Amino acid sequence: MKKGLSRRRFLQGMCRGSAVAVGLPLLDLFLNDNATALASGAPIPVRFGTWFWGCGMNIDRFVPTTVGANYDLPPELKYIEAHRNDVSVFTGFNTFLDGAQNFCHYSGQYSILSGAAPMTKEAIEGPTFDTLIAEKIGGSTRFRSIEVSATGNPRDSHSRTGPAITNPSEVSPVALYQRIFGADFRDPNRADFTPDPEIMLRQSVLSSVREQYRDLEKSLGHSDRQRMDQYFTSVRQTEQRLALMLEKPAPAAACAIPQNPAEMTPGSDVDTAAHNNRLFAGLLAMALACNQTRVFNMLFSNSFSTLRKPGTTVTHHQVTHEEPIDEELGYQPEATFFVEQSMKAWAAFLDEIKAIPEGDGTLLDNSLILALSDTQFAKVHSLNSIPMMIAGKAGGKLRSGLHVAGRGDPVTRVGLTVQQVMGLNIDSYGNKSMKTQKPITDILVT
Amino acid sequence: MHRPGFYLPLVTLLGAMAAVLSAPLLAAPDESAAIPQVRRLNEQQYRNSVADILGEHIDIKGRFEPELRTHGLLALGSSVVSVTPFGFEQFDTIGRSVAQQYVEAVKKSPADYCDSPAAAGITSQCAADLLDRLGGQLFRRPLSDSERALYSGILTEVGGQKDDVYEGLKAGLSGMLVAPPFLFRIERVEADPDRAGAMRLDSYAKAQRLSYFLWNTTPDAQLLDAAAKGDLHTRSGLKKQVNRLLASPRLEAGVRALFDDMLRFDEFDKLAKDPAVFPRFNFKAAADSREETLRTIVDHLLVENADYRELFTTRKTFLTSSLGLIYRVPVANPGGWSTYVFPPGDNPKAGDRAGLLTRVSFLALHSHPGRSSATLRGKAVRELILCQEVPTPPANVDFSVVQDTDNPQFKTARERVLAHQTDAACASCHRITDPIGLAMENFDGSGVFRAMENGVAIDSSGVLDGREYEDAVGLGAAVAAHPDTPACLVRRVFEAGSGRTVERDESEWMKGLNRRFARSGYSLPALLRLVATSDQFHAPSQSVQAKAPAADSLAVALPHPPTGEEK
Repeated sequence: MKKGLSRRRFLQGMCRGSAVAVGLPLLDLFLNDNATALASGAPIPVRFGTWFWGCGMNIDRFVPTTVGANYDLPPELKYIEAHRNDVSVFTGFNTFLDGAQNFCHYSGQYSILSGAAPMTKEAIEGPTFDTLIAEKIGGSTRFRSIEVSATGNPRDSHSRTGPAITNPSEVSPVALYQRIFGADFRDPNRADFTPDPEIMLRQSVLSSVREQYRDLEKSLGHSDRQRMDQYFTSVRQTEQRLALMLEKPAPAAACAIPQNPAEMTPGSDVDTAAHNNRLFAGLLAMALACNQTRVFNMLFSNSFSTLRKPGTTVTHHQVTHEEPIDEELGYQPEATFFVEQSMKAWAAFLDEIKAIPEGDGTLLDNSLILALSDTQFAKVHSLNSIPMMIAGKAGGKLRSGLHVAGRGDPVTRVGLTVQQVMGLNIDSYGNKSMKTQKPITDILVT
Repeated sequence: MHRPGFYLPLVTLLGAMAAVLSAPLLAAPDESAAIPQVRRLNEQQYRNSVADILGEHIDIKGRFEPELRTHGLLALGSSVVSVTPFGFEQFDTIGRSVAQQYVEAVKKSPADYCDSPAAAGITSQCAADLLDRLGGQLFRRPLSDSERALYSGILTEVGGQKDDVYEGLKAGLSGMLVAPPFLFRIERVEADPDRAGAMRLDSYAKAQRLSYFLWNTTPDAQLLDAAAKGDLHTRSGLKKQVNRLLASPRLEAGVRALFDDMLRFDEFDKLAKDPAVFPRFNFKAAADSREETLRTIVDHLLVENADYRELFTTRKTFLTSSLGLIYRVPVANPGGWSTYVFPPGDNPKAGDRAGLLTRVSFLALHSHPGRSSATLRGKAVRELILCQEVPTPPANVDFSVVQDTDNPQFKTARERVLAHQTDAACASCHRITDPIGLAMENFDGSGVFRAMENGVAIDSSGVLDGREYEDAVGLGAAVAAHPDTPACLVRRVFEAGSGRTVERDESEWMKGLNRRFARSGYSLPALLRLVATSDQFHAPSQSVQAKAPAADSLAVALPHPPTGEEK
């Protein structure tokens, strides 16, 4: 800016020629509700994330035989051995369709994430709860949440703010890096800070435009009004992000700007996905540590898992259906390869989160990361005992490292517990047969 | 936090004050849907609109939110999607970059943008006029008074602050580029003077429907002018504009968008073939095959104005060297595109090909990454070409036998797929997809011809709804003769253009439309004309008609002063 414009002078300029008087301290203008949340001495925030892999597991090779702490590690779980004390495993929780069709590789994850079996393939019954958590805890960071997929397809995302409004995924680590650590990034640990008047200007323009069209919703039918409401919410979030950029960020001890990752071709072969999974994990870990977001959703593979071994003809999803069960082994060896690769990737993801020291522990101790799939046994799309895990201690609110057997209870008990731990003020979750008021108290620190 | 009294920047307050002055127009307590339809611009429409309005030199770099397909069309999904936080972040970034580039161009040669520029550049009056004009184009209607106050307020305030009129122009334009009337195609209705109590689309809504339907871009100056004069409400005025749009070379963009959507070519973006299995199929071949089919469609339907049904039997196509490798035929122009006519008769190396179903785009898109799929191809013919619905498979199925290509008992896809039919639950659906797909088994998952699979000759015979054939060429003829083939196109054209599905009580009208399409010799331009000039195309959705309030109460509900008469 040419003349080293001060914030005060800029705002006064905005008033020029107008009859409107502003009588309040101008500095408050750009403060946000949670602006003090990060001031030094404030408690370390709790973060939330999901990590998804497609096409489930083999119940005989996955479910621990013991419940509670120090559960045993069957072949498909042995990959998380280093994280056993940080990961609780949930098995035996069921999904009830209540008359809805079992839409393959779709009904399962949305039952867990929205509390209701979808009635159609085009729309689910409500928002997914990650967006409610983001609404609750994401207001003071640049990004309300960040969606990422290692599959190369931005449509691969299970985060929905409404029945048909999907938050698309980042698929390129380079693009994600640019978005988080690019030009708009403010290093929280820099000693000096000068608010950029250009940012103020952008914020002013956006809020003026948003105000101009506020009345538009009155002319719309119900569903279009929801869509326009989403648009306005999106504008407001960008404004809030700009507002945050005008404040000196609170220092974040563990924040170190990562290296710009080399461009990776997003690909469906399992080696590429594993590589991208690690890159994304590192970037997300730093985004959390640097207070750029509190919430993320990550897909390792999509629910119709398109993972392949390089040079082979069929995808993970295809082999789950086409490969016979090996009579001697008792499972499908090719399909199982991908299950094990997925668990390896989950462990690698946690490695990266755990690598960030924070307070007396690590970033993982201040997080709650829900891992889930879309089905239990993909060959028949079974919706009973879809595998779920929770990693992290949520800042001391969770006991970790337990195996919890659901004994046929609805999957929504896990969702209810997660939402309550993350601070949502709800006492029930789910629809019809999946409505529950019973959180899983075993894992709660009381 | 929301503290409107002082959080809002003052330009907003200026705008709000202007709004208060025109309070009677803005008092809109009515809950009825005065805007029955809102469609989000898709990526191509955004690009085309920006190029048309702000200049083709503008480079649009950014990521657009994915689209959504409903009832078979992305065009219908555009009436459902919104802008997510991620999407808005992208629109904001792209919009500021577009505005920056535009302003640089103005700075470079102000005389191109202003009649009498000052020696130092444009005057603030010129900038205000320019912004007003751009607004009218970007929003596809004149700005309302409050909008004019807002954007010229931004221009003045920011320009004054920075002591630079170009900065003001950039800020105003950036604001327009993220505003709802640009990002969404907002269609307003008004009382229909010819039918008491009924509603009609206002003339600007009609103009944008026509323009995005036929050209896939924003209305041009002539069309906006016709809207301003109210011409689109008259039979002759509408016809004149439709004929003009149809006669333009820009029609090609609209037709390409239509078929790209109908044939689900967006799926090329995520199409992956295993290079170890299909060495001839790469990124270039995929892009070329999409273009090959679109060129064929444009050539056949627009240049030659030929029978739509013959698209499924035509032997004429367009090739590049990557495609020549897959088709195993010589290519006249190895450095670019050349016309090619597949010779009739069986060729042991290249096979026999006629029609869209034997082209790489169709064969490769509807296959697995590492193998062909009779089921996927059959399903695609039913759903994409015939507009029939194939039920989703039941959840609990054992496909092991069907897909084990190493099973010595079942060497070909036909033998494997026939195993479906031993299971009643499978048979009910596979009977409607597989016989179609098996006719294309002579082409592998990348579209390369093969006579044998696992050492056994492939039997490509079959039957489509009563019509028998020997191979894929015969299947093409059967599809061309199928009554659902042209009917499906009619439905897709109407739905893509109007942004809504055909209503139940419009079935008689659709039948008539089909008859007239047949009488035209199945000419696409004729069909486009019939649709674009029909009342149904320009009708607001039925739900609005049903609960339309009395004309005078609605006039109050429309916060949208400019009409043709006022302009």
